[in-house]
Amino acid sequence: MTPDLVIDVRGLVKRFGAKTVVDDFSIQVRRGEIYGFLGPNGSGKTTTIRMLCGLLTPDAGEGTCLGLDIRTDSAAIKRQVGYMTQKFSFWEDLSIAENLDFVARMYGLPERKRRVRDALDRLGLANRQNQLAGELSGGWKQRLALAACILHDPKLLLLDEPTAGVDPKARREFWDEIHELAHAGLTVLVSTHYMDEAERCHRIAYIAYGKLMTRGTVDEVIAASNLRTWAVSGPDLGRVERDLAGKPSVEMVAAFGTRLHVSGTDADAVEAALEPWTHAPGMCVAREEPTLEDVFIHLMNRSTDNFR
Amino acid sequence: MMSGRFSFARFLAVMVKEFIQMRRDRLTFAMMVAIPIMQLILFGFAINSDPKRLPAAVLAADDSPFARTLVAAMVNSGYFAINRTARSEAELHELLAEGHVQFAVTIPAGFGRDVQRGTRPVLLVEADATDPAATSNALASLTQIARNALDPDLTGPLRGLRSTPDPIELRIHRRYNPEGITQYNVVPGLMGTILTMTMVMMTALAVTRERERGTMENLLAMPVRPFEVMLGKILPYIAVGYVQVVIIVTAARLLFGVPIVGSLLLLSLVMILFIAANLAVGFTFSTVAKNQLQAMQMSFFFFLPSILLSGFMFPFRGMPDWAQVIGEALPLTHFLRIVRGILLKGNGLTDILGELWPLTAFLVVVTVIALKRYRQTLD
Repeated sequence: MTPDLVIDVRGLVKRFGAKTVVDDFSIQVRRGEIYGFLGPNGSGKTTTIRMLCGLLTPDAGEGTCLGLDIRTDSAAIKRQVGYMTQKFSFWEDLSIAENLDFVARMYGLPERKRRVRDALDRLGLANRQNQLAGELSGGWKQRLALAACILHDPKLLLLDEPTAGVDPKARREFWDEIHELAHAGLTVLVSTHYMDEAERCHRIAYIAYGKLMTRGTVDEVIAASNLRTWAVSGPDLGRVERDLAGKPSVEMVAAFGTRLHVSGTDADAVEAALEPWTHAPGMCVAREEPTLEDVFIHLMNRSTDNFR
Repeated sequence: MMSGRFSFARFLAVMVKEFIQMRRDRLTFAMMVAIPIMQLILFGFAINSDPKRLPAAVLAADDSPFARTLVAAMVNSGYFAINRTARSEAELHELLAEGHVQFAVTIPAGFGRDVQRGTRPVLLVEADATDPAATSNALASLTQIARNALDPDLTGPLRGLRSTPDPIELRIHRRYNPEGITQYNVVPGLMGTILTMTMVMMTALAVTRERERGTMENLLAMPVRPFEVMLGKILPYIAVGYVQVVIIVTAARLLFGVPIVGSLLLLSLVMILFIAANLAVGFTFSTVAKNQLQAMQMSFFFFLPSILLSGFMFPFRGMPDWAQVIGEALPLTHFLRIVRGILLKGNGLTDILGELWPLTAFLVVVTVIALKRYRQTLD
């Protein structure tokens, strides 16, 4: 094992009944890295994260998390990992302070009272510490959950769609904090659906139907997709869209406001398909860099095809 | 739109949706069908407020034909089943105290001789009257037996002994509850019933709630062992159970004047076993139930036979054999005997040993199931 790899797993498989949820999955995450975990709903992201922190036993595969075997050392892994569940999973009928205190006791933290107080101060919740967690808004719940997850100074943070249902400002602040934690040496694996969040990750992996589709930095992922994109603007885009959607070389057409994004992997064929519009009056067709979203939707479409 | 008026289509839509959801929630559906069936069977077949063939022990110091005729008459009445013979008074009373028999019959020495002489020997029948309902009809039948049973034997010169006054003197002792006060039986029994209901339900809900709210996943992601969770969740409810017991015992004493003959210390020690057994049942339910509603339904499913078949509401010995077998498998049945034994009869540890081991066995079996199920639900 490379000492710098915090997560190093190979060939993970998890089945629920006859359904294979995670299929031959491998991932390597370096120390201090923010690793984005993307994929459509039900693609096995949560299951993979649960296997990494010992909540689920993989049916096949092996590997280490923080240098510890994920099969045999799950108890030791749990001590050094902070896991933030997708759904708020702290006790709504306990106060903010009581929740933090409970977590501190679970990890057997020394100087418990001081650490809980520090966490409350950092959160800016010291004066509301006796409020019940259930009364907090979505954004505050998320901040409380993060504070509780890092209370025991974990080396690895696993975040399962941490910003679902949180407003953009709170999301921005949340990510600022994640970056601060990463600077301080914490490794973060985060699953998300948001493209702007994916772009804030050092590296990303895209999984669909339990299989890894692509991984690398954002630029690498875009480059590896071989996807070419054109922006079309002009009158009556609805008709253009209907027309293009039928062409086999055009893999994706999507309207973005007053522009149409047209993508495909075979550049010449797409250009040929666009030909009638290129010189049409009032029409403007121009090459564009595909966005991460274009790439992901392209991957999603392709994986559905594979799946069927 | 016609949204202001009653719309048959909308009403139908709601109803169809309700049926679909009912069908999806298999457990609820099963309960809705199973509970009436269970009630029908239990109330219809198992319950009998006029119990017959109650076990009785005889201490016979006389072997005259008269004594034998009398015993035969008791059996023929249908109320008594003489299935023990005691050799000494101590043995006879032990059989009664430990609950092996409902009645202890003593036929004194010289019984037959005294009948012939017309000096009216005493026939002593001691009844375990902790549950007055169980014994009242049997005891009422005794008067008739004492009056007429010996008639066929009293022939010839003895004919004159037949009618008034009775040829024998019937002496009935209602032990443990001489005045036949129903509260003496019901109030201690309530202790077991209330504990069963609250303990099973509380634990079933406590664990299911964690799962329903998603906090279970959080708990499991932390370095805590299943056994620590189970113990930590169960112990507070044991404390709740004791609070309930203190309330009931105090009320029994002050409000209902129930005598407390035996040791409260012994009772509170034995109680742990019973409470733990119920909590283990609740914990097992929580590993099966998907939500709190199901946990409630399962608790009810356990509670119903417990109150009906344990001897709490109806005399245990009045039930058919199959119902008694089920009753014996329930912790409440044994606890009722223990609590009545200690409070009313003054039972000591040795007297209740026979009820302790089934409780222990139940606890062990259910705990094993609970822990096994709990491990599986981790994955």
